[in-house]
Amino acid sequence: MSRITVTVDGTKYEEEVEPRLLLVHFLRDRLGRTGTPIGCDTSNCGACTVLMDGRSVKSCSVLAVQADGSDILTIEGLAEHGTLHPMQRAFHEEHALQCGYCTPGMILASIDLIQDNPDPSEDEIRSGLEGNLCRCTGYSNIVRAVRKGAQEMGATP
Amino acid sequence: MIPASFEYVRPSTVEEAAQILRNAAGDDVKLLAGGQSLLPLLRLRLAYPAALIDLGRIDELRGVRDEADHVFIAAMTTHDEVVKSAVVQEQCPLVALATAQVADPAVRHRGTFGGSMAHADPAGDLPAVALALDMEFTILSAEGTRTLPASEFFVDYLETALGPGEILLGAKVPKLGAGWGFHYEKFHRTAQAWAIVGVAAAVKRENGTISEGRVALTNMGSTPVRAFSVERRLPGVPVADGNGELREAASTAANDTEPPTDLHARPDYRRHLAVVLTERAVRKAAA
Repeated sequence: MSRITVTVDGTKYEEEVEPRLLLVHFLRDRLGRTGTPIGCDTSNCGACTVLMDGRSVKSCSVLAVQADGSDILTIEGLAEHGTLHPMQRAFHEEHALQCGYCTPGMILASIDLIQDNPDPSEDEIRSGLEGNLCRCTGYSNIVRAVRKGAQEMGATP
Repeated sequence: MIPASFEYVRPSTVEEAAQILRNAAGDDVKLLAGGQSLLPLLRLRLAYPAALIDLGRIDELRGVRDEADHVFIAAMTTHDEVVKSAVVQEQCPLVALATAQVADPAVRHRGTFGGSMAHADPAGDLPAVALALDMEFTILSAEGTRTLPASEFFVDYLETALGPGEILLGAKVPKLGAGWGFHYEKFHRTAQAWAIVGVAAAVKRENGTISEGRVALTNMGSTPVRAFSVERRLPGVPVADGNGELREAASTAANDTEPPTDLHARPDYRRHLAVVLTERAVRKAAA
């Protein structure tokens, strides 16, 4: 067992974990943060995307021990005091989801994209989200939501 | 799936890592870089090492250094850091172009330059770039540091010349200087998938003519391969090729290759792709 300290959505946790425990299982099974879903389990689909020290990672492809000392942001830590993050609101308003399974990963990958490129074009959004699969919407509404979320993130720093 | 159990150690210096590796002689130990290839293998239980040595917290294994006639890219530099490095963009743009096409942004945040090389997946993008640019790998062995040209590093499918006690420290990327153009052309079925075939091209232009060309192929064999037959035919081909001379040269791209068969393509289709993509890659590199 290894002892790790990880901050998740602003709360610091100290836990004993088996080295083979994946970050996504740590978040879901140990901390009960089931807002991060497991999609493909083969690092293809991006459903389990979280931000690790500010950058997007697929939490099924990170060991919990590798996250020792890091700051993790999941979909559950995005809204502040009940107010949705601008990217969450944009996904809601643009109807950028049907079943919603890919949505946590899509939103976190979109926020990561906006950090590097505050005003992405449609093409830049599509390539920026190439690691996240949606099996319902056909992506059009997602791209529209990311455009809108980017504008609103720019407007409300 | 959940990986099989393993021991985990996280050294903070290369020396410490090397020591652990030496002490583990005979045991089934794997070095963990960014984990973007190894963790999926562990999860699928295609690999079940007894122990992992995590190189992720060794600062001296990260970063890009501009050194006189070459750029040194340390092994644990992430793909994302490589793509954003001003030194890489200016001095060895082919590395930046190809690395930007590795997998997807989240994988590039974790996956590393050295990890991709040491994994030696023939469908990986960077090994072909290493061959095309004649990179030289720096390796820490029990006797000290040794260097090995890319042409001798990739030995077979998922196999390199790295010995069991050795650690890849990074690679020297020669600066090619003025007149060179570059392109990496990748053909894949879906956005983030591995290359069915990829072509790395570096072309030197003088007075409107190609004077030297380097072409290396991804996924056309158990290792990346140089398309020497194309390279021999490139000097003298006009940059604004109008008479099909470039197509003629590219038509030999699949000579002497033994491309694999898999779910995505049979060898004959890969040979066809190699020819088409080589023409595109060289044309764009020369433009």
